[in-house]
Formats: sequence, structure tokens, C-alpha cells
Amino acid sequence: MPLLDRNGWKPESWARDAAAGAAIVPFDQVEAVLGARRPGQRIGVDLPNDVHPNALLPWQDGLDFVAIAFPRFNDGRGFSLGKMLREQGFAGTLRASGWIIPDQFAFALHCGFDEVEISEAQAQRQPIDQWLQAPALIGETYQDTQDGMISIFKRRRAAAEAA
Amino acid sequence: MYRYDEFDERVVRQRVAQFREQVGRRIDGSLTEEEFLPLRLMNGLYLQLHAYMLRVAIPYGTLDSRQMRQLALIADRYDRGYGHFTTRQNIQYNWPRLRDAPDILEMLADVQMHCIQTSGNCIRNVTADHFAGVAADEVEDPRPTAELIRQWSTLHPEFSFLPRKFKIAVTGSAEDRAAVAVHDIGIRIVRNAAGEVGYRIIVGGGLGRTPMIGKTVREFLPKDELLAYLEAIMRVYNLEGRRDNKFKARVKILVHELGAEAFIARVEEEYARLDGPSLNVDPAELARIAAYFAPPAFEALPEGSAVLDQAAARDPDLARFVRVNLYPHKMPGYTAVTVSLKPIGGPPGDATSDQMRALADIAERFSLDELRVTHIQNIVLPHVKLDEVPQVWAALVEAGLASANAGLVTDIIACPGMDYCSLATARSIPIAQEIAKRFADPDRQQLVGPLGIKISGCINACGHHHVGHIGILGLDKAGIENYQITLGGDPGNEASLGERLGPGIDAEQVPDAIERIVDTYLELRHADGESFIDTVRRVGLDPFKPVLQPKEPARAAA
Ligand code: SF4
Repeated sequence: MPLLDRNGWKPESWARDAAAGAAIVPFDQVEAVLGARRPGQRIGVDLPNDVHPNALLPWQDGLDFVAIAFPRFNDGRGFSLGKMLREQGFAGTLRASGWIIPDQFAFALHCGFDEVEISEAQAQRQPIDQWLQAPALIGETYQDTQDGMISIFKRRRAAAEAA
Repeated sequence: MYRYDEFDERVVRQRVAQFREQVGRRIDGSLTEEEFLPLRLMNGLYLQLHAYMLRVAIPYGTLDSRQMRQLALIADRYDRGYGHFTTRQNIQYNWPRLRDAPDILEMLADVQMHCIQTSGNCIRNVTADHFAGVAADEVEDPRPTAELIRQWSTLHPEFSFLPRKFKIAVTGSAEDRAAVAVHDIGIRIVRNAAGEVGYRIIVGGGLGRTPMIGKTVREFLPKDELLAYLEAIMRVYNLEGRRDNKFKARVKILVHELGAEAFIARVEEEYARLDGPSLNVDPAELARIAAYFAPPAFEALPEGSAVLDQAAARDPDLARFVRVNLYPHKMPGYTAVTVSLKPIGGPPGDATSDQMRALADIAERFSLDELRVTHIQNIVLPHVKLDEVPQVWAALVEAGLASANAGLVTDIIACPGMDYCSLATARSIPIAQEIAKRFADPDRQQLVGPLGIKISGCINACGHHHVGHIGILGLDKAGIENYQITLGGDPGNEASLGERLGPGIDAEQVPDAIERIVDTYLELRHADGESFIDTVRRVGLDPFKPVLQPKEPARAAA
């Protein structure tokens, strides 16, 4: 499925195949697959959006990749999940997978996602330039974000102190 | 009043440009209607029965004359010369066109206004006590807190696609005029035993088809911990709120299904793991926001006003207006004037553009340039000198805005109902109009005293009928409008939900039934002028039940 990040379309380097060198496996197989990991094999997991991030804690250090499901674009659980995984120290690649729209791309980046995986049909309808320009439309946030934006609240303080 | 700084200004301008661009992508087909829907809702644009409806945020109901004039101009240019003030302290335009919406947003941005998050499954515009900064019983002005929440919740990356809409209300007074117990989150500014100011946090209230009174989840939250604590609540709700059934998706259902204790435990667990210091704002930033709400430059005036007393002695209409529509101000010599948007026979909450301009002029001249929109769909002039009340009143009379019925039986809340709303199962505005006509006699209204009638045109309860002293809910029964009457609801300190009086009745019977409920009350009330709600609480519903049987002698039971 088409894959993109803030720089544009990108080739897929993962496979949903437990034998692959960079393997994405279902969440309920993560324990078994990690136990049988070959040297040098990289493991990722497909995480449904109704799993609490605590459930990933025992495994997250062994994981290089998590794809959080967005079954529908207006189901916003994935935003909290992504942010919570980052807050609990997950440092690998974080992917939003399923149905999210360009207007949500900034939110996904702010919550700690690196990349987005969408359907062919959606990629036809929403060409890459729409994805790349969307995050630039709102250049300020009132929140600190995982992609390094500093909240307006803090920037005001900084400006006041510099003055 | 709060003024945008360069950051606020940029966010609002960028949101306008973003929306214009989103409309373009809807028109060229990049966005499906389904995908566009939440985007336009998050900018206040609804598709109604006849046309689009645009809902403009008036954060915590505060605006100045320049903003009011701009609202009038928009009404003239893009609507039919009027606007509708709502129970969420907003204004709605019922006739804009989709392609004009970005231009309207631009005009709003010119006066530091917007439509951000006035609809959609996100944190909605925050409401607050309309007598903020006026009431003597205030621990602290709730508006700095509301403004802080407005900013924090704006385009929040994590909480813009919640299970359902999310409404927050704040009050700083002992008497709750913001109905905090029936919001998703209600915030009361309180003092603890040590005299420190903080927040009592109430979660899970709401109306709609499953009305509930909120539960206190924190008795006392230190002031500077607010945003982190709100994040914890939002997170629990975003992850665990039901998404399988739209009617069970509000946080009240989650609190109810988990039980308050389990819900609190979840919130506290989340709160413990959050990085509070990075989420909470610096006290200096809080102080910066609060400074905008510092009391305006009041003059030192004596208590009372001989000028007003003499004028009122000469003119009984003015005297009545003074008795009914003035609210005591904490500053001697000042008062808050309620301007009723409920003329007898008019649609509740509507104002023409000329009336908006008149209000702007009056506020500029007599109320330190400030206006408030109340959740009872009226306007408040918060800082009027008692000496100048006669002039204010005369100007209101001229504008057709001097109805002396604030808080009385004809000060009715009614949702748009069948006249505008695509979800409606019955009319509500015409019902309000008919009831008001029955009580048009000002002496009779005053005799009856404080009585809140609230009308919803369907089970979604936008007219807040559950918390009406008398609530009226319009339903559809086999193609015929049918109205259920409830008694004993109250949105305030002793928040309570009304109880059904009996089977539903036809539209034509509603005014009669209301009149007979009021007559029954007048017979039952204690001589000391016991209010309607107190009487209902004391005697219960039984004495009122016969009023629904039109054929029998109505007072037999009383
Ligand atoms: S209560 Fe029903 S009819 Fe009235 S505005 Fe709400 S949805 Fe529409």
C-alpha cells in the first residue's frame, strides 16, 4: 500500500511476513516472534487501536517498528496511542496505517508518527502534494508536539524573557 | 477582554486559509463528502433543513462593540439581516452559502473571532458564567481559565477526533449560572481550607437522550495543574469512550458504565504517567491571560442612584424593567442589565442586525464597551452605571429590546426545532411563542416570579428541557407532534433533572397545560413568595398531574 512521510512517497521496507528480514507481525504473535528472532532480524508489530499502550511495554524495547491501525479516519484513538507510545519511550518507527486524510497528517506528526500508509484509492484521490502542504497550513500549535514544535504558551514566555 | 497576540492571530488566520483550501479540495473531489464533514463541522458549518448554518464562537460569551457590529454586518451581507444567539453562548447564521463561508471567516478574523470547534467531535468552545467579573459571590473570574482552555484545546492534535462532542463550562461563583453539572466537564473555581484557589472538577454531566448530573472527580485541583489533569481525562475518554454507538459515545456514558470510582482511578493513573510540567503552563503565562480580564476602570460611585429612583418613580415601565432585568454589581453604583431577546411572540434568541448595532452602541457608551451572551439566549450589558440605566432603557425601548422578562415565565429557551433543524421531530419556536403570548401581561409574569421554561424539538435536548423548571420535549408520534412535559429540572447549584408529568399532549394543548401548571403553582405556593422550583420540590408532581387531562376539572386535586 502507498506509504509516505513528510518528505513524500517512500518505498516499503517492511513486510507483513514473520520470516522477512524486517517483519511486521500481528500483536498477538509478538511474544512468539520475538522469541524466535533471527540475528539481525528486525521486528515490527501491527497494533489495533483498542489495545492499551501498557500492553506493549514488555516488548517495546525489542521492537523497531509499530503500525497503529486507523480503521476509520474519524476514529481518533490512534492519536492518543501514538503519543503515549512515544511518552513511554518507544523510539522505533511509528506508522499510522489505514484511513487517515491529509488534514490529519499534521496531527499524526505532532503525536509522534513518522509515516502514513494509505489505500491505493486514497492515494489516487489525494496526491502527494496535498499531503506535503497540509502540515504547513497551520504553523503554530498551543501544544508541545512530538515532532518538536514548542507550544505557543512557552514561546510567549521565551519572547517575554528575551525582551 | 482578551486580545489576540501575534500567535493567536496567526492561528486564526491560518485556520481560515486552511478551511478555504479544504473547501477547494471538497469541490475538486479530493475529499469525499464523508471526509469533508468533520472538517467543516470543526469550523462550525452545518447542513440544515433549508441551507447551511454557520455557528460562530463567542468564547465564554464575551464580546465588544466592534465585534458585535461585525456580526451585524455579516448578518446583512450573508444572512437575511439577523442572527440567532444560542444556548452555547454562540451566534448562528441560518442562511450562508458554502462558498461564502471562507469570506465570513475572514471577516470574523478581522475582529479576532472564529468558528473553530463550534461543532464536531472535538473540544467545543468553552462557556462560562455570564456575570463573570460582575457577581459579588465570585471567588475568581472564570474567563482566564476559560481562555486558557480555549487556547489549549484549539486544534489539539490528540483530541480532535473524539468519540463525540465535548463541552466544558467554568464558573467562579458560589451560585452556578453556567450549568457546570450538565457538561462533559464542569469546572468550579473554589477555595480550599488553606484559602488557596483551585478547581473542583466535575465530569460526565450532560443532557441529550440520557441526561445525567456530573460526578465530582477532584474536589480540589491546584490551579497550575489544570491542563495536565484535563489531558488525563481527555485521554481516558479518547481511548475508552464508546465508538460503536453514537448515542452512547459521550463521556457521561463512560463514567456511568465504568462507575465514577473506576473512572477516577483511570484518570488518576493516566495523570500520574503524564509529563505534567511540560503540559501545564507557566504561572506567568496564566497571569498574562488573567491580566486581560482585570476589572475595567470603574468609577468610585455611591451605592444606589437617586437619578434612577426618581426616573423609575415617574415611569412604571422603567420601574418594572429595573425590578426584573437588573442584576446587582459588585461595584457600588453599577449594575448588570439583561437585555431580553425574548419579546412576546418573537423567536427566542433572534436579533436583527439593527438590534445588534443598537446593542453595540449602547455597550460602547454605557457598559465599558462590553457585552455578554448568556446561555439563556439573552444579552448582558455587564457594567452599567445605575445613573445611566434610564438612558440605556430608553435606547433599548427604541431598538425593541426592552422586554422586562429576564428570568420570568416568558424568558423561554427554545432550540431551533422543526423550523431549521434537520433532526427535529417537532416545532419548538412556535410553541415558545404561543406560551409567551399567554403570559404577555407583565403584571402576571411578575406575580408568577422566576420560572424557566425550556423547549427542545427532539430528544437531543439542545433546548435543555431536562433542566427546565418546566421542560417541554417535542416528539413525533405517528406523524403528529406530541409534547412531553417535565417539572422540577434545574441547571444550578442543586442541579436536578425534570420528571415527566404524564403522557404527551398535542401542540394545541401545550399553552393550556402550561397555564394550568402555573395556576396550580400559584395556589400551592407559600405566602412568602416561594418560587416555582421550590414549590415543586416541596409538593412533588402529584398536585400538577391533573392538568394534563383537559376534560376534567383541573384543580380537583389542589
Ligand atoms: S433538540 Fe433536536 S430539534 Fe432541537 S436543535 Fe437539537 S437536534 Fe435540533
